[in-house]
Amino acid sequence: MKKLTLPLTKEDVLSLHAGDAVSLSGVVLTARDCAHKRIFEYLDRGEKLPFELKNATIYYAGPCPAKPGMASGSCGPTTSARMESFAPRLFDLGLNSTIGKGEMSDEVSASLVRNKAVYFAAVGGAGALYGKNILKSECIAFADLLSEAVHRLEIKDFPVVVAMDAYGESVYKK
Amino acid sequence: MRTIDTKTIEETLYKMALKAGVSLTESCVAAIENAKTNETCPPCKFALETILENRRVAAENGMPVCQDTGLAVVLMEIGQDICLTGAPLKKSVDEGIRRAYADGYFRKSVCDPLTRVNTGDNTPAVLHTEIVEGDKVTITLLPKGFGSENMSRLYMLTPAKGVKGIIDSVVETVKLAGSRPCPPVYVGVGIGGSFDTCAFLAKKALTREVGTSNPRSDVAEIERECLKRINELKIGAQGFKGDVTALGVSCEIAPTHIAGLPVAVNIQCHCIRMQKEIL
Repeated sequence: MKKLTLPLTKEDVLSLHAGDAVSLSGVVLTARDCAHKRIFEYLDRGEKLPFELKNATIYYAGPCPAKPGMASGSCGPTTSARMESFAPRLFDLGLNSTIGKGEMSDEVSASLVRNKAVYFAAVGGAGALYGKNILKSECIAFADLLSEAVHRLEIKDFPVVVAMDAYGESVYKK
Repeated sequence: MRTIDTKTIEETLYKMALKAGVSLTESCVAAIENAKTNETCPPCKFALETILENRRVAAENGMPVCQDTGLAVVLMEIGQDICLTGAPLKKSVDEGIRRAYADGYFRKSVCDPLTRVNTGDNTPAVLHTEIVEGDKVTITLLPKGFGSENMSRLYMLTPAKGVKGIIDSVVETVKLAGSRPCPPVYVGVGIGGSFDTCAFLAKKALTREVGTSNPRSDVAEIERECLKRINELKIGAQGFKGDVTALGVSCEIAPTHIAGLPVAVNIQCHCIRMQKEIL
């Protein structure tokens, strides 16, 4: 399996094709329904976000609480389709990859092509496996949203599949 | 008359919820193993292998198999010869769930539908009670993730649509759900009853073990035909276009009105975390 370290470079992104199995390590930011709504409120007010989106990777996930002695609780992907109305604007602002599960819209695909970005699918329902591969977790914004807050995760060897690539190809349409 | 203190029900549900969150049912695992063996599409095989590896990691570390530890759906059959004593039943159920989700380090996923403010303790649970014969209490807990719940549908068909209409509705629901509900899915179908009881039948159908059939042969035939047509959709594990889209289809039926044919389709992801106990 191909191994990549986040943040991805443009060369990394362009080397990926829908259907490739990849192992990801590095830093991701978690954000799901409520966090995206909050991010858009910041953007609409013209305020600076409390974290950097440029070249970042957003993981559509809301973890379980960590047991004592562990960095994170179970933390698999949530359904990405609920975030597809938000994703294009964030890719346009410099986000270069997202991780979730399930197909995203043609508008998202177009924004991946336009921005040379990539959408990975983690395996839904494999939360323990992903949670165990989180080395460090820190809440960096919107703590009041509890499991929906934005967490900065250091991940190691996340097994994912390239779901939708920078060439407009999709594993869901092959 | 036999009496049961609702504290016993609270304790039972507490233990059931702690176990449910970190384990899959044996029939679910067997069906996934079988799917992995037969799958010919490489990304789907990869997903099924990851799902089985995840189950091992969850068991080894006492971690939830899925971070969506779900809305706690409780089905309780209460024998009419029992007298329940102690705290109100619903309060005891919620207390068992609240304690389990705290002590198990499970995610709290329940919120107000309008303000979206989290209740913070995964309560209230959903409680369905049926009064039945006898002096036993049968408790079934099905923690329900919403990736799959969101993809469920209810149809009010006309009687003229018949069996074909039922099967088409089930297949359409799975097709529209596509990659989103974490396939391979388990499909619960309610046929008949009223608008409300039909949806309940679909949920109840999900509490039957994967691989079993409805005892009525015409209903079992609908289950088989639905499963065949669903797997012909080639959605595959995680939507990666493989052979196994559903692990099974389970139908429950009830008499309905002469003017109607309600069909409810409740989708369950591959993480079936059901627990049953009889008191």
